[in-house]
Amino acid sequence: MCSVGFRGARFAGTSWGNYSSVAFLELTNVWQEYPDQVVLERLNLMLEAGEFCVVVGASGCGKSTFLRLLLGEERPSRGRVILDGKPLRDEPDAARGVVFQRYSVFPHLTALANVLVALEFKQAPLTARLFGRTRYAATKRAQAMLEAVGLGAAAARYPCELSGGMQQRLALAQALIAEPRVLLLDEPFGALDPGSRADMHVLVRDLWRRHGLTVVMVTHDLKEGFSLGTRLLVFDKVRHDPQAPNAYGSRVTYDLKLRTNPLTPMTHANRAAALRLASIVPGHAAPG
Amino acid sequence: MRKLINWRPAKGALAALGCAPFVLVLIAYMVASQARLEVNPNDKMLPAFASFSAAITRVAIEPDRRTGERLLWVDTAASLRRLGLAIAISAVIGLTLGMALGALPIAGASLSPLVAGVSLIPPLAILPILFIVVGLGELSKVVLICIGITPVITRDIEQRVREIPRELIVKAQTLGASTWQIMLRVVLPQALPRLVSALRLGLCSAWLFLIAAEAIAAESGLGYRIFLVRRYLAMDVILPYVLWITAVAYLTDYVLGWISRRAFRWHFLGQLQ
Repeated sequence: MCSVGFRGARFAGTSWGNYSSVAFLELTNVWQEYPDQVVLERLNLMLEAGEFCVVVGASGCGKSTFLRLLLGEERPSRGRVILDGKPLRDEPDAARGVVFQRYSVFPHLTALANVLVALEFKQAPLTARLFGRTRYAATKRAQAMLEAVGLGAAAARYPCELSGGMQQRLALAQALIAEPRVLLLDEPFGALDPGSRADMHVLVRDLWRRHGLTVVMVTHDLKEGFSLGTRLLVFDKVRHDPQAPNAYGSRVTYDLKLRTNPLTPMTHANRAAALRLASIVPGHAAPG
Repeated sequence: MRKLINWRPAKGALAALGCAPFVLVLIAYMVASQARLEVNPNDKMLPAFASFSAAITRVAIEPDRRTGERLLWVDTAASLRRLGLAIAISAVIGLTLGMALGALPIAGASLSPLVAGVSLIPPLAILPILFIVVGLGELSKVVLICIGITPVITRDIEQRVREIPRELIVKAQTLGASTWQIMLRVVLPQALPRLVSALRLGLCSAWLFLIAAEAIAAESGLGYRIFLVRRYLAMDVILPYVLWITAVAYLTDYVLGWISRRAFRWHFLGQLQ
């Protein structure tokens, strides 16, 4: 794994123990409005490198819009987003990695080729294919990455021959080998059964810790948020107009620092906050 | 008594049930042919099997008295050359254009209506234009087939490319891919299985246009031959030719299907689920 270097890794040492004041991802007064509705309003947010930020909220609260915004698929109608000191590009690029709930891997490539293709994109602009010695080196890196997510034995299989959990592992491996500065997870475990979901939690937490990743994860599972994140954001509407339900957008209603180190359990205060939150956010069970 | 909808043939009976219609048609032909020949031994409508074998020997095995060539093979080669060339050209244009229209919103917005319009023109209606513009030679037949099937292939590929989940295109970009790289490594491989199935469907109309064009102006070719001997009511040549054309068409289709299953294993694996 030593061969896989991560740009995010340089923050790893400083980010957990004491939150430094350097904002890695900064949203200033961001609005997302459509002709007939306001989805997000007055979003002000500072994320630090190495944070594992989980975004929860009821469906339709704009958490997916928030992720598309970070991904560059949508441009904010107002405000600005800064990533690592530079304005965020308004189209997806290699600075942001992503794992979706579905369709995250290429069905026409084997598991190994799915990871390899990321290196081929980077190293062969014209042919998008590697040959000879460079291909050999890249294949070794890809295979190491597959092994890191526990797919070493499935390298030659096509995604449709893999289970849902294995496909998501593959998607993670693929995203990580491209060394993104921030990893975006869009309900990545939503379609998995509880068993594989628990396995994935262990894997994601482990990868995050080892590579010093900065993660933004959107989920509708509050419990998942509490057990994985270092920080929890709840999106909800503050203002309501019964006559025009779309007139106002969501804001961050809760911003909880859950833990500074992924291995420490939640503090007593946080657990209390979690329980309180669970009673407020509809449709969520209290975290264990 | 079970309902008819639940009656399934036994495994052994499957082949017999499939063959039965062919055998019945054959018997019907033999009976009808016999009846007509009894009335008039010179009847040309439904020749006896002996006449077929004589005709096949004449066109396929013995060299033609006038040209010294074995006609069936010369005709087959000429037709397949036109067909192959036209299919290859249509595949390349259809694939390139379809990928561009499906993947690039700018190209789709500006060219999709044109392609849709062109695909509505009945190709045979512009055959006279082709004869005027490019002459009566090989080119006009190839162009006719191309005009007939390229728009269909293009629209099929365009449709397939539009069906590629947006997530995959975004994912490729987050892995650092450029538009060109996405076309090459994501769009193209996903469009290829559809190209083969579009070609298999296109072959039906391609044969139609080929035979029509050969019937009107050619010096060799399967379509040319059957329309030529029509003047002599030579059913003993026409019927074997028709069967031969069918066999060749079936064989091309089978080969394409085989190639597709071998080359795009991921596609067929995915379909099983």
